Amino acid sequence: MKNKFIIVAALAIGFAGCEPEFENEVNAAYSSGEADFTRYVAVGNSLTAGYMDGTVCRVGQTYSYPNLLAQQFALVGGGEFTQPSFADDVNNLGGFAGAPGSTRLVIDAAQGRPEPIAGTSTITLTPQAKAYNNMGVPGAKSFHLGFAGYGALNPYFARHATTPTATVLADAMTKNPTFFTNWIGSNDVLAYATSGGAQANGVTPAADHNATGNLNPATYGMNDITNSTVFTSVYTNIINTLTINGSKGLVCTIPSVTSIPYFTTVPFAPLSPTALGGAANINTLNAQLYGPLDAIFTALGEPNRINPLSATAANPILINDADATDRSAQITGALTPSLGAPTAAAFGAVFGKARQATSADLVVLPASSVIGSTNSAAPAGININGVTFPMANKWVLTATEKARVASATAAYNTSIIAIAAIKNLAVADMNAIMNKLVTGLQIETNSIYTANYFSGSGTEGQVLFSLDGVHPNARGYAVIANEIIKVINSKFKSNLPLHNPTYFPGISILPTN
Amino acid sequence: MRKLFSLSLLTLASASMFAGGYRVSIQGQKQLAMGHTGVAVVNSAEVAFFNPAGMSFLDKKFNLSVGGNALLAKTRFQSSQFNQTAATDNLGTPFSLYATYKINDWVSAGLAVYTPYGSSVAWDQDWVGAHLVNNIDLAAIFIQPTVSFKVGDVFSIGGGPIFVQGSVNFNRNLTPNPLLSNNGSGTDVTLDATGISASGYNVGMMFKLSNKVTLGMDYRSEIIMEARGGSAVFADVPTIAAASFTNTTFSADLPLPAEFTTGISYKASDKWLFAFDYNYTKWSVYQSLDVQFNNGLPTSINPRNYKDASTYRFGAQYKASDKFTVRGGYYIDESPVQRGYFAPETPRNDSVGYTGGFTYQVNSRLGIDMSFLYLHFDEVNNSYDYFDDPTTNNGLTSFGGTYKSSVFSPGIGITYGF
Repeated sequence: MKNKFIIVAALAIGFAGCEPEFENEVNAAYSSGEADFTRYVAVGNSLTAGYMDGTVCRVGQTYSYPNLLAQQFALVGGGEFTQPSFADDVNNLGGFAGAPGSTRLVIDAAQGRPEPIAGTSTITLTPQAKAYNNMGVPGAKSFHLGFAGYGALNPYFARHATTPTATVLADAMTKNPTFFTNWIGSNDVLAYATSGGAQANGVTPAADHNATGNLNPATYGMNDITNSTVFTSVYTNIINTLTINGSKGLVCTIPSVTSIPYFTTVPFAPLSPTALGGAANINTLNAQLYGPLDAIFTALGEPNRINPLSATAANPILINDADATDRSAQITGALTPSLGAPTAAAFGAVFGKARQATSADLVVLPASSVIGSTNSAAPAGININGVTFPMANKWVLTATEKARVASATAAYNTSIIAIAAIKNLAVADMNAIMNKLVTGLQIETNSIYTANYFSGSGTEGQVLFSLDGVHPNARGYAVIANEIIKVINSKFKSNLPLHNPTYFPGISILPTN
Repeated sequence: MRKLFSLSLLTLASASMFAGGYRVSIQGQKQLAMGHTGVAVVNSAEVAFFNPAGMSFLDKKFNLSVGGNALLAKTRFQSSQFNQTAATDNLGTPFSLYATYKINDWVSAGLAVYTPYGSSVAWDQDWVGAHLVNNIDLAAIFIQPTVSFKVGDVFSIGGGPIFVQGSVNFNRNLTPNPLLSNNGSGTDVTLDATGISASGYNVGMMFKLSNKVTLGMDYRSEIIMEARGGSAVFADVPTIAAASFTNTTFSADLPLPAEFTTGISYKASDKWLFAFDYNYTKWSVYQSLDVQFNNGLPTSINPRNYKDASTYRFGAQYKASDKFTVRGGYYIDESPVQRGYFAPETPRNDSVGYTGGFTYQVNSRLGIDMSFLYLHFDEVNNSYDYFDDPTTNNGLTSFGGTYKSSVFSPGIGITYGF
């Protein structure tokens, strides 16, 4: 009896202690493959720095795709991964101290719109004089990485440049990378695109140096398009430097701007009859402005440059197209009999390069608060932006400007892929990936994510872009990290796990701001 | 011994843990030890559960069987795709009490109290699958007054109504999206309903083909647990969503499926008895768990799409001496959960059960029963593909990975009869 009890008790304890065990532990198959992730260094621009909602902030930076990659690399021998210190961003506001309105964007539910979060930035330019594994510098163009003293031009690099004359690339190389990622080049076209092809004054056209043939980037304006020959040369140098010790790496192509919400959110024809004040108002506008302008342009062989406003359908905005034929003299001449010479001259100046936007034009995100507002600098009577006063150059990336960007982007991407092939680097085709966002990108969990974030509260849970319309949010960076991991796994025969983007935050929504 | 017994009575707590689905096949020490066969076995008052008709063939005038189990269920989860791991260990205490009384030669009466359904699973709060379940505790006590009639010497029928008292407590996060969270804790809802009453019936018949061979059949009806007016309490609601997620009451139906059993026993000698049972459970009644809220929130639709499932049970009993009887058994338990509907609230795939036990007969009236059950689950890759995230408009989200479970349950009981 007693013995049997002991046997049963022993049996019971034996089974109770029996843990369910997997044949293979979760990390059993993880490997670095042919790559060595011991010292991983990322170079690039804002996308690499973890920039989102218009700034780098302390928490946002932790979601940078290099940091997300490094977390997975750490499973297969990856070492410590450091990022520029944002410890001074105590309240996680981003921005820069002394720059009002530079804090990160949030949605203010009370107002139903994005706004810089309330509070004062505590991020200072105190030099850290330290190289980090994440050498993504917001705003950097391809030729900036090797530009000595770039810290003087860029506050982000000023914060951590090892010396006042340091280059981003040289600082990166002090980390002696065994593996690198390089996603540079977006700003070589993006600055042009986001400024609507205008210089800083918002009016003067910025230069496309593929057209000018200018090969000296030191002379480039901030919003100019980098010459693709220059890009190829600079990019080759960057890759040659990064691979000098034989390290493996991955490069990313440059996404097409037409896929990001900054350009796809505001429609070209937002002027509904109601917004224009109804049929009576539309008739007045047609009689006094649209009709006469249409007649003049039609007489000059441009019948569709301006058409009368519709009282039943949404109308396109009026824009200033820097590439349009200047008709100011003809307009002044045609209107002088009815309006008198001085007023006709003013009309000529305002509408000389005007036209209505078409579906081929991209209206930039910040234009949404400008369209329909009164322009204090415009002559009375023709001072409503986009309706009676053409939107300035900077608000619209016209079809012609868009084509310049697309052409340059394609040339850069061709170079990137060719240079990567020479060094046997992996290529993450971000252009292809970001384009998927337009129709919806389905990830491994079947969830579908999009670039559409102004379609009501239901879409806020599935958008991958932050409120600046250019940079991904944390969830978007997780998707990007995953796409890069998939490319690395395939190229270097490694096996790294993905992140589950579902668990990453999207847009910050505050009840009030 | 007496002390142990009183202890086991004290722990007559809620039932828990499930084998197939949320069914707990632990309804008697003697029969559990024989692979939970019993529809054609006349051993003890336990037959009131397995086949009420069998009460007529019990030798003694009065029979009592009381017992309980400690049910240790462990589940491990991992996803190599996302480098996720999670674990849950749960303890349940199913119990049973059976009493029969032979009123006269052809009619017997009895009472059965048992806990055939239940599920207690607690994952860590805010674990990776929190949007499907953080924890669930489902309990149902069946009370079945029973009567059995003997028709001639070889045939009997029996049955009785079942009165169920149940309760459910369920907590999950609303979404994996951090949009609905508060200081890092996901917004969650606790559904709590107690005192749920329902009823059904259990009928069976038994036919003694010969002195050696007995056939049995039993049918336990479907019972729908209708939770009405339970409380739905939201926690960690961010200010932004406070107006939407106000505490309210809810209604939901949870079906306890009908179960049909048929089986045979063969008394090979005075010492040896062999039994086989086949269970067919109409799990297909469980199509969806729909929770209706009374504050205007949309109904939460959770597809389950269970399929009918079979269990094949084999048991043997060897009477070693007047004092000792030893038992063993084996069964194959099909899971009703279909591919793509594998939720961590019922992380059960097909399993194989190994059982054993013995009875020590203290005297002609009192016996001590011991049993153990070990349920083996192969590791399984599966997922739940039907989570409709309230923070998105399009697409269902899948949650899956590799699951590995094990269940071990030692039990003790007494048999008393005269």
